[in-house]
Amino acid sequence: MNSSLSPVLSASRVSRSFAGKTILSDIDLDIRPAEIFGLLGPSGSGKTTLVKMLAGIDAPTTGQIRLLGTLLPKRSMLQQIGYMAQADALYNELTARENMEFFAALYGLRGKRRSVRIEETAGLVGLSEHLSKKAWQYSGGMKRRLSLAIALLHEPPVLLLDEPTVGIDPVLRRSIWAELRKLTGKGTTVVLTTHVMDEADKCDRLAMIRDGRILAEGSTAELLRQTDTDQIEDAFIKLGGAGQ
Amino acid sequence: MRIRAVILRTLRQFRRDKRTVALMFIAPLLVLTLMNLVFNGSAYVPRIGITEGAADTFGEALTTQNAKVIPYPSDEQAEQALEDNKIDAVVSLQGGKPAVKLEGSDPTASRAVMSVIQNAAASLLPAASPSAAANADGSASASGNGNGNGNVYNGNRNGNRNGNGNPLAQPEISYLHGSGDMSTIDHIGPVLIGFFIFFFVFLIAGVAFLRERTSGTLERLLASPIRRSELVLGYLGGFGLFTLAQALLITWYSIKVLGIVMTGSFGYVLLLTLLLSMTALTLGMLMSAYASNELQMIQFIPIIIVPQLFLSGLFNLDTLPDWLAALRFIMPLYFGAQAMTDVMIRGQGWSGIAADLWSLAGYCVLFTLLNIAALRKHRKI
Repeated sequence: MNSSLSPVLSASRVSRSFAGKTILSDIDLDIRPAEIFGLLGPSGSGKTTLVKMLAGIDAPTTGQIRLLGTLLPKRSMLQQIGYMAQADALYNELTARENMEFFAALYGLRGKRRSVRIEETAGLVGLSEHLSKKAWQYSGGMKRRLSLAIALLHEPPVLLLDEPTVGIDPVLRRSIWAELRKLTGKGTTVVLTTHVMDEADKCDRLAMIRDGRILAEGSTAELLRQTDTDQIEDAFIKLGGAGQ
Repeated sequence: MRIRAVILRTLRQFRRDKRTVALMFIAPLLVLTLMNLVFNGSAYVPRIGITEGAADTFGEALTTQNAKVIPYPSDEQAEQALEDNKIDAVVSLQGGKPAVKLEGSDPTASRAVMSVIQNAAASLLPAASPSAAANADGSASASGNGNGNGNVYNGNRNGNRNGNGNPLAQPEISYLHGSGDMSTIDHIGPVLIGFFIFFFVFLIAGVAFLRERTSGTLERLLASPIRRSELVLGYLGGFGLFTLAQALLITWYSIKVLGIVMTGSFGYVLLLTLLLSMTALTLGMLMSAYASNELQMIQFIPIIIVPQLFLSGLFNLDTLPDWLAALRFIMPLYFGAQAMTDVMIRGQGWSGIAADLWSLAGYCVLFTLLNIAALRKHRKI
């Protein structure tokens, strides 16, 4: 990774509190072009809140977030982001295709390009044959995959995926990771959250989050070396315990 | 473009949700039909018991009225029948004077009895007063009879004068609006059409928007570059098209099938129902922000919807305390119901309903802006 490149997405001294309760504090992040950046942490650590701010939906209480050099939140910058929420935000009474058509239209895709992109992304997540099923007929894993396909529809330069592989079977999970790799090969930057330690290995770089703070940031190898451990889980425990 | 996408999606969701469509299209027709049957029935015919003593003087006069007269041999039996709710009133003679005792638990029956008794008494009046006078003076001298005759004369003379323009004469009756055979359903019909559209759209739009919020799709939508206003306007468009069809059906059914009085323009009725449903939609969306589930949305009905019905003009507001009656001005349904009545019964055109229309449109715009502002809670920009 060439660290001299200016970051695609950056957070500087970001904190977020709701009704006086601090969820995140003092977050500094630099996400580089075309890398897969993982936010690793247990549930309740503040990952989702951070992702929402990085996606430009929520605004930090203090600090700044910049996407491609532009200060967020800014509505026009939302076009640059492919967002996949933790909850599958689908219209259950509509078919998968209708769900995709709707979100494609919101991102300005129309006509031939829209139908081509729907076919492409559905193929990518292995749903091509299930597009005329209604979303409520989908299993949990299929819903995750449909949400992912929707995030990819408008070919955004930055992908923000909140727990993208939950409930997806191992074979498909592997193919989704391969696909994300392919996307970074074409220049897409991917930020994802996970609480599965073994997925962290597949990220180029990681930030470990606990109780709203970043414990450490770096590549897997760097984190292991820094903590003198040979597993990410051990590294996490060591880093988390060091503060106590 | 994005507005169109939201409209299309809303309509597709309606197409899939057959029950909701049925609720919005069939339920109002069903309730209106029921109300039509209940309120359109012929006038209530009271059952009046009459005791033997009163039958001589009063019985005949009563039977000529619209009442079912049941004779009873004794006061006790009549009283018992009244107790058992077999009759609505008893007419008897108490100390030489006619007395009426009403069952009294049902105001409709009581009013019908009073109307019949008063009409019967009025029909007896010219003949009854001299005979009463004659009876009273029955034991008196010839001069007393002479007085009696004189009274009869006076009575006749009065009768003649009455025919010649005395203010007490039977007046000539004509109607500025409506007609003598307008029934209750004709009066409340326009208000009810407005109410049902308001009620169902409020509820369904509120629940639809609530689901958008609780299912996470709202957050997902707002992660796209859609403007908050585009989302609200898309909802207005989708529901607007849908409720236009609903308004068409309800109005057509009320006028053509139920035969509710309609003297004005069909176009104005449609415009009004559409404005009402847009107001209900925006209000429902706004209220859904304060509900965390469907049940809490239902809880708004007694707070937001029912008071509007009572102050909508369904009941006469002149008898209410001023502060209560003044509340109607913050109620969109009042303006809608006023204008609906003006068009359907009074046959008024643009000038007659413009003020109400603008008020309604004002509420619609206000709620729309509040909705756009309320979405800031979910996305600041």
